[in-house]
Amino acid sequence: MTNLEKLTKVFVESFGIDAEKTKGLQYQGIDQWDSVGHMSLVAAIEDEFDIQLDTDDIIDMSSFEKAQEILSKYDVKF
Amino acid sequence: MFDLDRYQNNTAFITDKGERLSYGELSAEAGVFAKAVTKKGLVFCLCENRLGSLVGYVACMEHHIPIVLLDGSKDISVLQNLITIYQPEYIWISSDKTESIGGKTIYKFATFSLQKMSYEVEVAKPEINPELALCLTTSGSTGSPKFVRLSAVNVLANAESIAEYLEIDENERPITTLPSYYSYGVSVINSHLIKGATLLLTEGTVAQREFWSFLKEQKATSIAGVPYTYEMLKMLRFFRMDLPYLKTMTQAGGKLNKDIAKEYIEHAKEKGKRFFVMYGQTEATARMSYLPFEHALEKYASIGIAIPRGKFSLIDANGNTIEEPDVDGELVYIGPNVSLGYAECRADLAKGDENHGELHTGDVARRDSDGFYYITGRMKRFVKVWGNRCNLDATEQLVKTITTSCACVGVDDKITIFVTVQGFENEIIKMLSEKTGFNSKAFEVRVIDSIPVKSSGKIDYPAMQAMLN
Repeated sequence: MTNLEKLTKVFVESFGIDAEKTKGLQYQGIDQWDSVGHMSLVAAIEDEFDIQLDTDDIIDMSSFEKAQEILSKYDVKF
Repeated sequence: MFDLDRYQNNTAFITDKGERLSYGELSAEAGVFAKAVTKKGLVFCLCENRLGSLVGYVACMEHHIPIVLLDGSKDISVLQNLITIYQPEYIWISSDKTESIGGKTIYKFATFSLQKMSYEVEVAKPEINPELALCLTTSGSTGSPKFVRLSAVNVLANAESIAEYLEIDENERPITTLPSYYSYGVSVINSHLIKGATLLLTEGTVAQREFWSFLKEQKATSIAGVPYTYEMLKMLRFFRMDLPYLKTMTQAGGKLNKDIAKEYIEHAKEKGKRFFVMYGQTEATARMSYLPFEHALEKYASIGIAIPRGKFSLIDANGNTIEEPDVDGELVYIGPNVSLGYAECRADLAKGDENHGELHTGDVARRDSDGFYYITGRMKRFVKVWGNRCNLDATEQLVKTITTSCACVGVDDKITIFVTVQGFENEIIKMLSEKTGFNSKAFEVRVIDSIPVKSSGKIDYPAMQAMLN
């Protein structure tokens, strides 16, 4: 599985949405992505990629694309 | 109510959009709002943590116009039922939603509009009890028509007690971390407005960059949170943040894990801050107890003592007062902040004081030999989900519309639905999330062979509760 597929899978499972919905998805863009959903998303990303995100990166992760950008800093390539 | 003119030159509100309003300006604008309300009646406020929303709330409280605070972020359809039942004369709502709500715009301030409503067939509208100032919901954003009726005396008494034990003065700058229709959120607003403090208004959450930028830039001095807020802050490595101006943290809306509470108390002690564990219910306006910070470390599992001018007692199953320490009983509160009662329809707003200052909380508690109280259980079947009360029997009824063989049990922040038929899992979770307004993470569906029953034939909830572990 590529990293993009892995990240898509995390979003799909965290929010219970279809894979095609992840593109362009933003914080509070769907009901499931509220602060509660955000924290479980962060936990799932940390598990999937075996990393620990900094506070700044957690609060900056405001879209699916932004998540990719942030993960690149942790040597997760897209 | 708030005696706004006392602090004329103080700043009442600063928003994350860069708006500012002084107490003098707030008082004047409240007067304009009240003038627009020419017909005696009821106002629904569709709350947001924005300037317009707050000005409307303050105007109604200042000018004795009964107001109901509701969640403004929800779909209008959730609201329609309440409008039908209560037929408010006016609705104070974000201007971009006026089309869907109807009525005629008669006044505007900031991003909010006051809609004057009319109804083809009017429900019975006996005169609203003149004592009634404020109605709040008890169960978050479910659209339940059950309101708690509060008088101006209730609201002011609770605000004064809170301001006293938190030592709130005009230099405080709390940032809104809670919705302003939620009793705890309203209590933060009230207890600061009576002291001339500055409220920092944002719709942002702790999960967002914008929230933290605003908090730092405006030097927020306090935050208020439900247990989940403090769990999130811990994940955000709050203990490593450099927030020199943030001096006070308060927690209510359910029981925070006692080890996490201890961590916050220790962190506060080390950094010269204060952390208050508190307890309350909407039925008592908001607050009933607090844990004095000087005793926080030795009593970190406790909800503390009754607030100033309030009094706790414990009663046994026969209604007798329990005098000895360390015995469980129902927690009873007496104080000037105990609500008038409930309303479930428009005519109920005419009702008088049904509680007479005494509230049976439905919580089971014990008192230690030093006089500190500890919540040990609940008499009714409900859990708190992110600070909001959620009735398990009502949840079960909702699930029955999908599959009749089901039973709900739960712990705070997690409701488990046991069903005996496979294939409905996603449908149930989606429906419950929509109906309750809670994130779908609040629900879990488990399929079992049969719902356990006791020999009496009643559903065996303790057996299912045991299956959760």
